[in-house]
Amino acid sequence: MENINAKYVSQKISKTRWCPVSYSSLQQPEVFATGSWDNEDNKVSIWSIGNHNNSGLEDGFEGDPQILCEHKHGGDVLDLQFLDQERMVSASSTGAVTIFRYHPNTHTISVLQHWARAHSYPCDNAPCTALVCSSPEIVTVGEDGRIVVFRADQEGAVRVIENADSSTIHAVTYLKTTEVLTVNSIGQLKLWDLRQQSSSPSQILSL
Amino acid sequence: MILSTELRGKHMGFAWGQGNIFVYETLFKATGSGSPFIHEVRKDEDIYSPILRKLFNESHHIFVGLQTIREDLPSKNKKPQFVSISKNYRSVIRACMEELQQVAVSTKNAEMSVQYGNQVSILLAIELIWNLCEVLFIDAAPAGSLLLHLLDWVRLHKADVDEKARDVLQSDSPAEHRDYWDVVVSYVLQGRLDEARQMLGKKATLTPAANNIFKMMDNLLSKMPFYNPGGTQTLTEFDVKWRHWHEEVDRCLQDNSFASNQHLEVLCKILLGDEDTLLEHKDLLGTWYHFLVSRLLFCHPTVKPTELHYYAQSCMTMFLDSRSAPEPLDSILLAAFEFDIHQVIKDCSIALNNWWFVAHLTDLLDHCKLLQSHNLHFGSNLREFLLLEYASGLFTHHSLWQLAVDYFDHCLEFGRVYLELQIERVPLDTERKALKVLRICEQRQMSEQVRSICKIMAMRALRNNRLGSALSWSIRAKDAAFATLISERFLQDYCAKGTFSDLDLIDNLGPAMLLSDRLTFLGKYREFHKLYGEKRFKEAAKLLLSLMTAKIAPRSFWMTLLTDALPLLEQKEVIFSADQTYELMFCLEELTSSLNTPSSDSDKSMQEEDVELTKVELLRLALSRNLAMAIVKEGTVET
Repeated sequence: MENINAKYVSQKISKTRWCPVSYSSLQQPEVFATGSWDNEDNKVSIWSIGNHNNSGLEDGFEGDPQILCEHKHGGDVLDLQFLDQERMVSASSTGAVTIFRYHPNTHTISVLQHWARAHSYPCDNAPCTALVCSSPEIVTVGEDGRIVVFRADQEGAVRVIENADSSTIHAVTYLKTTEVLTVNSIGQLKLWDLRQQSSSPSQILSL
Repeated sequence: MILSTELRGKHMGFAWGQGNIFVYETLFKATGSGSPFIHEVRKDEDIYSPILRKLFNESHHIFVGLQTIREDLPSKNKKPQFVSISKNYRSVIRACMEELQQVAVSTKNAEMSVQYGNQVSILLAIELIWNLCEVLFIDAAPAGSLLLHLLDWVRLHKADVDEKARDVLQSDSPAEHRDYWDVVVSYVLQGRLDEARQMLGKKATLTPAANNIFKMMDNLLSKMPFYNPGGTQTLTEFDVKWRHWHEEVDRCLQDNSFASNQHLEVLCKILLGDEDTLLEHKDLLGTWYHFLVSRLLFCHPTVKPTELHYYAQSCMTMFLDSRSAPEPLDSILLAAFEFDIHQVIKDCSIALNNWWFVAHLTDLLDHCKLLQSHNLHFGSNLREFLLLEYASGLFTHHSLWQLAVDYFDHCLEFGRVYLELQIERVPLDTERKALKVLRICEQRQMSEQVRSICKIMAMRALRNNRLGSALSWSIRAKDAAFATLISERFLQDYCAKGTFSDLDLIDNLGPAMLLSDRLTFLGKYREFHKLYGEKRFKEAAKLLLSLMTAKIAPRSFWMTLLTDALPLLEQKEVIFSADQTYELMFCLEELTSSLNTPSSDSDKSMQEEDVELTKVELLRLALSRNLAMAIVKEGTVET
């Protein structure tokens, strides 16, 4: 069995995602992103496990993740997804959705887009619990029971389904390019057809 | 520590926070101006350092592993395990120290550099003490091995010898380097005789005239006996051999064999353990405990653990002379040499600002069964007290609270109570965090805390008008009262709007419906509407009646239910049977009689009363008509 490498990084990590590699290359991905939670200052970081500088292939150092860069993040990172090879989107406990861009040449991260109140209650913030991407579309869900559709290149939200759910929506995923599936805290799966304009799901399945 | 000088000489007030104190200036007299600032004094800065955080996380891992060692093996077999755990702790401290050292050197901020430097020296001291405790208490080496372990201990904590040696060896002519003899003497003081001989060899080749005496010294150094614990030689045999060798060295000195070279003569005196010569090299020894170990090496290598403290006390006195009082580190080490474990723990608790060290060390010593069970005034033993203090400190940290849970789990007497009190105070920003905290409580059957946390989340949802969320939280908590409250809200919404909101939740309540009467009514009422919508009138009618007769429906809702029955009564087909109609009439009469009592609202407007009366009349009419049709239908014989 391969060795398991453990590294303490002084922060609680909530999500890790491999950076997608181009379809033409046959290599395994070497770079991954992490998001932290439960800290006073949370961050989104990029790590690498490739052997860049050290030529020595000692077993102890192979695969040891090295941090390349990081960027501060307001609120806990509740979800992190890659939009494409360079851009990633994060869902925050403050209800914000942010698009970051990773520049591999300079090893820096910059903020491309920031929707501060994607999810909110009338007089409070609501955490954005999950998101899913199919470039350039981003679908986010939150504790306010809303489903919001963004496009990476547009300022405002493309579509908002208010009161999609009476309880918290915990996760969302694509079934087809026009259909999403959400699950809520009472264990119901709801199928939504984004082509239709109605505010009710096309199907509800109970677990 | 409060460093602000502007606060000196002023009256201060304070208020306790969680893990910190708020300090402010106050005035006992009525005159004079005050300062508008509030200072926050944090008790424990260390847990906020990102590098030290790794220490807490890794040691937590080791701690949990230690607790799960099987209890049924006899203590003797577990000793190697305990020693290895002790070494694990120490390696974690060292790793942290190295990282802090790197950052201290590389940082450009002078203040941070000083702070890191301080933390490094504290960690150094901690590791020194821990190592000594491991040698004396956990490993509990007997005479013979004891000295060898103490030698290792000293060598590990005096790294500058190797640095100096490297400098000397890398120079063009090592034997003429000004530090050359310092290196040789340091090697000998640490009992590293092979390396000393190698060094001396370099000088020997340079001065062939003095070949003889160098050879003699080399001979003496090579013949010094070292006890081999794994060998067949007994301690007594070793002692005899050692005395033999000691006498030979003495003879060399008496014969003035090394008179021509003062350095070699000094070496010879050191080999004899001459105190004055040893003390002349205070700068090379550096500390009184190095002096102690070197002295023991050359005077009494078969020292027994019980004899240590005599030597320790006298060495300390000789080394430190009378300049100042011993530092805290010195008294802690002395207490360790005296095998006074409680004194060591007590002094460390006072000297350090964080309970980490004493908590983990005491826990390990307790597992080795080395602590007598003291009953402290508040009932628990020392180990538990320290672990509780440490874990409580962790709980105030926004992130490390999860570690503290495991520590409380392993404090058998008071751990649970502490956890129950602390877990409710974790701030719950997101549902995800709330679910994590809940899982911790549910795993430990802390039902009070589960209810309390669910209620907090439910209230928050209610305040944000998320009725579905609130209901699902109160179902999870099995909180009937709250479920009733929320169901009332739903019903009020229905009365106001005429339709139900959040149908997805109500339709799928399942067995959770039985939590509260009102909730059951809500579910069943919704079912009635569904049946009506599907045109299953007979079943709808039966359900409607049962809601009233089984007393599931609240009295206030009966009018609405009866009004709902109207369309069913008005159908061409007879839906309610005669018996059912009688029951409906009975319900209506019950309702109207209670409405007509003088205690009912007398300030209802005339219009409302009219509406009520009309409704009742309509119902009576419809019921009578239905009864007639039902009797006819039931009496008819189908031909």
